[in-house]
Parts: sequence; C-alpha cells; structure tokens
Amino acid sequence: MADQQTFADQAMPYMGSLYTAALRMTRNPSDAEDLVQETYLKAYRAFAGFQDGTNLKAWLYKILTNTFINTYRSRKRRPEQTELDEVEDLYLYRRLGGLEAVAASRSAEEEVLDHFTDGDVKAAVESLPEQFRMAVLLADVEGFSYKEIASILDVPIGTVMSRLHRGRKALQKALHDVGVSRGLLERSVDAPA
Amino acid sequence: MDDNEHTDERGPASGGTARAECREALDVLYHYLDGELDEQRRSTIRYHLERCSPCLEAFDFEAELKVVIAQRCRESVPESLRSRVADALARASETERQRPAGRS
Repeated sequence: MADQQTFADQAMPYMGSLYTAALRMTRNPSDAEDLVQETYLKAYRAFAGFQDGTNLKAWLYKILTNTFINTYRSRKRRPEQTELDEVEDLYLYRRLGGLEAVAASRSAEEEVLDHFTDGDVKAAVESLPEQFRMAVLLADVEGFSYKEIASILDVPIGTVMSRLHRGRKALQKALHDVGVSRGLLERSVDAPA
Repeated sequence: MDDNEHTDERGPASGGTARAECREALDVLYHYLDGELDEQRRSTIRYHLERCSPCLEAFDFEAELKVVIAQRCRESVPESLRSRVADALARASETERQRPAGRS
C-alpha cells in the first residue's frame, strides 16, 4: 500500500503543470479538474509499482495522457484530425521579415512576441489538432526530452520529432493569424517574390 | 524555400559554404534549442552562430518564442481542485486501510 503522505509530498508539487496540460488538452476547466483528480487517484493506486529514481513527473504525465485519451477522446464523435496545412519552417519569423536581406532591427521581431497575451498563446496552442498539441505542450511548455515524450505518448521518437516539427509550424501560423486579426502584424508581410 | 534563404553577403564566410552551413544550422534549430544535439554537433552550430548574425537572430527569436509559449500557457491551480484532490486521496487511503489484504 502506498503511503499517502509520501505520495502527496512527491506528486502534489506537479499539480500546476498537470493542470496546465489538462486544460490545454480538454480546453475546458471542469473537464481539466476531473482529469487531474483522476490522474492523481490512478497514480496513487499505482504508486507502489513506481520505481524510485525514475522520472515521477514523466510518469504522472503518462497517466494524465492515457486517461485523457481513454476518457475524453472516446467521447468525440469525429475522428481526430491528423492533417495540417503544410507551411514553411520558421513561419512566424519569416512573416516578421526575419532571414531577409533587409531585416528590421534585431529586437523588432522579438518585440512582437511581447504583445501576445496569455489568451492569444493559449488559443493558438488549443487550435492545434490533439496529437500535435500534446507534443508541443510536452516539449515547449513542460520541457520534456524527445525520449521522455516518446515514452509518455507511447510512440517512436521519430514520430515525436515529426509531430513537434509540424505542430510548431502550425502553432506559428496560428500565432501569426491571431497577430493579424489583432492588428499586431500586417497581413502583407509575405516573403518577397 | 531557397528563395527565402538569406544570402551570403550578410555572413562573414563567402561562396556556397555559408549557405550550406546556414541550412544545416536551421535544419537542426529546434534540436539545438531542445537540447537534443550531442556536444560535438552543438559546438559546430555554436561556432556557426558566432559568425552568422542572421542565423543567430533566427535562433534567438525561436528561443524567445519557446519561452513565450511556456510562460503564457501557465495556469494557477484553483484552490478547489487542490482540496478536491487531497480529499480524494485521503478517501482512497482510508479505503485501503480498511482492506488490509492490500491490492488485488
């Protein structure tokens, strides 16, 4: 039997991270809270089998992800979207004029990033299809290694890299579109012909 | 994509080498930022970035974007959730105590 206090001491500090991920996954505070509670209960019951010295945070994320997939994905009527529009690498940076011969001053591109609100970034992340969203969340928000993400999502490492690559491009396009609609970016800053 | 690639005159190196080096660096940009390159490849990229400001700026931008995504996505945990989870764990623990046979 897992010692509740030991479990709580070790696992509770991750609640903020888990809740953040849960909210981006479910896109709904009430579902996110249920998902986090379910994750902690499952983790507690399985804690006896957890190998001390292995990565507790990654283990909790694996439970969170599996619970999400089994509970929430099965509720959906439509199959999960797995295709993304193909956009070029570094989409946002290029649209801001980066990598061009007459680039603006060094900090101009980065300044644009300051104008994105929490809501802008969250909306852009949540606009990604699920499998890409999870890869981006685990890498960029939680800082997991490719190997850890592969283990959490139970996919080969090559799949992780491919989802990350495409997910990030799509995220940049989503951020760009948000920026345009909020008037932070001009629509016409396309790469020169 | 070739048309959009920055050109050699901005880099200190000349000829096609800079272009190839730039492409190589941009190809592994995220592996670099994610800390997924071995030390040898890392130092190759670092060497290039020290000499190629357009690439350095691109790397800086993407690094900053990563930070922005991480920071702007943070949520604070509702107090109600903290107590819900604590209660649920206490109940689960109580249930286990009343069933000394342990896990089935």
